[in-house]
Amino acid sequence: MKMIMAIVQPYKLDAVREALGEIGVDGMTVSEVKGYGRQKGHTEIYRGTEYAINYVPKIKIEIAVNSDIADKAVETIREAAGQGKIGDGKIFVFDLENAMRIRTGEAGNDAL
Amino acid sequence: MSGADTSWILTSTALVLLMTLPGLGLFYAGLVQAKNALSVLMHCIAIACLASVLWFVVGYSIAFSEGNAWIGGLDRFMLSGIDRETVSGTLPESLFAMFQMTFAVITPALMVGAFVERIKFGAVMLISALWLLIVYAPVTHWVWGGGWLAQQGVIDFAGGIVVHVTAGVSAAVIAVMLGARKGFPGKVLPPHAPWMVMIGACLLWVGWFGFNAGSAVAADQNAAMAMIVTHLSAATASLVWVVIEKIKFGKPSLVGLVTGTIAGLATITPASGTVGPIGGVILGLAGGLLCYFAVDLVKNKFKVDDSLDVLAVHGIGGATGTVLVAFLANVGDGSAGLGEGVTAGSQAFVQVTGVVSVAIWSAFATAVIVLVTKAVIGLRTTEDEETEGLDFSHHGETAYRL
Repeated sequence: MKMIMAIVQPYKLDAVREALGEIGVDGMTVSEVKGYGRQKGHTEIYRGTEYAINYVPKIKIEIAVNSDIADKAVETIREAAGQGKIGDGKIFVFDLENAMRIRTGEAGNDAL
Repeated sequence: MSGADTSWILTSTALVLLMTLPGLGLFYAGLVQAKNALSVLMHCIAIACLASVLWFVVGYSIAFSEGNAWIGGLDRFMLSGIDRETVSGTLPESLFAMFQMTFAVITPALMVGAFVERIKFGAVMLISALWLLIVYAPVTHWVWGGGWLAQQGVIDFAGGIVVHVTAGVSAAVIAVMLGARKGFPGKVLPPHAPWMVMIGACLLWVGWFGFNAGSAVAADQNAAMAMIVTHLSAATASLVWVVIEKIKFGKPSLVGLVTGTIAGLATITPASGTVGPIGGVILGLAGGLLCYFAVDLVKNKFKVDDSLDVLAVHGIGGATGTVLVAFLANVGDGSAGLGEGVTAGSQAFVQVTGVVSVAIWSAFATAVIVLVTKAVIGLRTTEDEETEGLDFSHHGETAYRL
């Protein structure tokens, strides 16, 4: 099993959700997060004064998937969220030791 | 007593209170960081309460009862002598005192913009109390209470000098003596809620109809003209900011537009009983432009952390309108003209005298008030409190629980 964590532009969330739904990933956890990478924030101007906004709002998507579709899921996220621009985001993939569905106690792949 | 006049001033009084509560409060709260939003709202409403009680005790009396050229007497101490039947012009005097009370409420509250995010709450209270009695009430007497500026024929219909010059200059003095916010100018954070700034500004805009058209102290032709010139100046100055920002930065901002609105309103205030619609538009253009560049000058060139631009928007706007009214008094239909035998030049001299003398008194008296407050209570919060935000460190509350 793999845990995929993707940081994407907030306005790309719906596109990512729909694309993942099409390949059979039907669960995700989403958080509103802030951070910076190569985009290095931006500036905003109020009353003529520039303010540095160091932390840019992003969406963090977490999904747990069966190992054999992990590569496909990563590629799907990249296609849906990518625009070829700085600030598009990053995808991280971790090995996932175990998972459990709380209601039934099912574990491992059965819990996904 | 006139029922028509009374009903309009009752309405105006409510409108002017709406400017402070919650108009100015929201305008300022949206401009600060989320962790200080409540403290700013608290400053505005607490000042409103304090100023109201002080106005009742002695403020109204030293502003409006008979005295000498410099200060009124104590005939109206605790509003004594005001019975149900007592009239002031065509109004019950209780209403006139109440109408003026709402002006005494908003003027010290305007200064909040200079010291947000770093001042002790007790210092806000003491400064506001002393300032109301030492700066606001006497200057009101000079201009509106039959004092020395009134005797010279100064034109200040609704408070360009009395409200905006006093508050603007004093705000800058407080900002300098208090010192800048930690991280100013490079590392302070931007307004936390521009939408809230817009709502506050619009409440101020609507309330300003009571402020200016109410200053006719009658439901008559002067009130009507004051309302339309006020609105035109606000609209014009707003557009001026939109155009400047579009040209300079490529994007016109909401905070910029509504700052222009307030600049236009402050600028027309002293002139709103004198100019016609064309004069209103000209004042909107002048106020919008001058205030825009004044913001840059104070914050970026002089590096004074007048955090929410009280001097640049209110002080400069009020002074601009006060001086220009001398030259716009006869411009276009609907203007009221100057008094008999008065030229634009001689009126302008009186106007400049008013602005300069009131600015000097405001600066001097405020400096003394701040020194006294520093000795008695202290001015600044600790650095840790400033970092934590005044909402929790001073009031034990949090604006947003996420």
